Amino acid sequence: MARGNRTVGLQRPGGSAIAAPFMTVALRHGAGRASTLDLTPDPSFAARQRMEIRDLADAARLWRLCWTLAWLDIRLRYRGSVLGPFWLTLSTAAMVGSMGVVYAFLFHMDSREYLPFLALSLVLWGYLNALVTDGCLTYTTVEAMIRSMRMPYSLYGARVVMRNLLVLAHNVVVIVAVFVTLRVWPGVTALLVLPGLVLWLADSLAVCVLLGALCARFRDIPPIVGSIMQMAFFISGVIWKPSQLGAREWLLDFNPFFSLLEVVRAPLLGEVPSAFVWVSAAVYSVVLCATSWLLFARVRNRIAFWV
Amino acid sequence: MEAAITAEHVCVDFPLYHGNARSLKRMVLGTVTGRVAADTKRRVVVQALRDISFQLRSGDRLGLIGGNGAGKTTLLRTLAGIYETQTGRILVQGSLNALLDPNLGMNVELTGRENIMLRGLYNGLKRSAIRRLEEDVATFAELGEFLDLPVRVYSSGMVVRLGFALATAIRPQVLLMDEWFLAGDANFMERAKVRLEDMVRGADILVLSTHVAEVVLSWCTRVIWLDQGRVRQDGPAEQVLEAYLGHPVSRPVS
Repeated sequence: MARGNRTVGLQRPGGSAIAAPFMTVALRHGAGRASTLDLTPDPSFAARQRMEIRDLADAARLWRLCWTLAWLDIRLRYRGSVLGPFWLTLSTAAMVGSMGVVYAFLFHMDSREYLPFLALSLVLWGYLNALVTDGCLTYTTVEAMIRSMRMPYSLYGARVVMRNLLVLAHNVVVIVAVFVTLRVWPGVTALLVLPGLVLWLADSLAVCVLLGALCARFRDIPPIVGSIMQMAFFISGVIWKPSQLGAREWLLDFNPFFSLLEVVRAPLLGEVPSAFVWVSAAVYSVVLCATSWLLFARVRNRIAFWV
Repeated sequence: MEAAITAEHVCVDFPLYHGNARSLKRMVLGTVTGRVAADTKRRVVVQALRDISFQLRSGDRLGLIGGNGAGKTTLLRTLAGIYETQTGRILVQGSLNALLDPNLGMNVELTGRENIMLRGLYNGLKRSAIRRLEEDVATFAELGEFLDLPVRVYSSGMVVRLGFALATAIRPQVLLMDEWFLAGDANFMERAKVRLEDMVRGADILVLSTHVAEVVLSWCTRVIWLDQGRVRQDGPAEQVLEAYLGHPVSRPVS
């Protein structure tokens, strides 16, 4: 564009004399950039932890890159379409609308009670499912990047999380629309969602880092994960209410998917999750994050060889 | 800070998880039948680098020569911190830029401008620095109005120019370079050469992997001849090149 014309005569091809002005604008790495790379293999537990913490800190420093990558991922997926990412919103809305009518009838429920539940469930589950499926490909899809530049590995995980959060943000519109139309208001209880969201954020990153590494090493895992998620959709009380199980409600008590879904869903419906749900969600999260942390510390330096 | 590179007894093994060896089934079955240890030991590994040691100080220009599969690119990637060694030690002081892949991180679906911004972000540049990067790259690559079109619609020459301009816009203290940069049309190469030479001069340490003797002679002061992942010979450029090529060489007059 006009930028190139600022320095007159530079557009002329060939000739070394014109090359000199380019050099004046070439950039140097900022002084703030960490510029000592010491790679001494140290298999000790403490050294692995230090490398992992450094990886996470480096990724955190690159948050703007992470955000841009996630945003461009979404934009590219919907390049050239009129509605862009709002196609997601529309398809979720259609799903909630059609399922709402049929299942409210099947379950003999008042659709004013069932629709907000279903909208919330489907949107939240949509995030979980997409995140887990996407998380399997955290490293394998960026193989070229991994092999050409040293980058913190957790950055790739954070990118997947952020990408899916952006998709979730588009789908939240459906929830709001349903709540407004039906004049449902969860009240201040909704604030109880905050600890749940914190758990979700930590778990999301843990899932991407964990599954990304496992799937880079064992290529059979993504289809396995896919079928687990499909099964979980039906058994975790996503489209049916836990109360419908009646005396068998304890069946949900040991389902991690249900606990994690419930800590976010219940407050938004104006209900306070039971203490058991809180505790089990926290325990599952701690187990997940700890597993992910230990595995990542163990295999971080092998990922480049696996992808 | 003074730039320096230390490599001590560096070894890199590539595990090959081809065919069945990679599958979960095999590992699970192995566990059940108690064959895991045997399986681990029989794992096929390629010994890409064997006991490589050298030191580079500010001002050193090192050329890596050797046939295909000698480990040149692997050594560059190891120095860049992409592959971490199992044994041995790598210490690199100074900001580092590795030109290994001409289209490094370039996404053909994004516009030229977006690719430039991404590269800036990858290198941790501030907003103002990214603006200067954009100007510099746009001017050098002569993309004109194509800058706001997806890279997918560029001619191959434009892609090469953009890739080259991006790679050479950020000048490091330690420059690691693979031989790809020698590709390109003659007209562009003239300008590219000047820019590249300027970058090479600006770098404190250069490590260059190439097949071309003239490039080694005009840029490098020291050459390491790699053969099957080992250092076959390490010494002054002419001496090692003569041994490698099997005939006398002379440094071009500059």
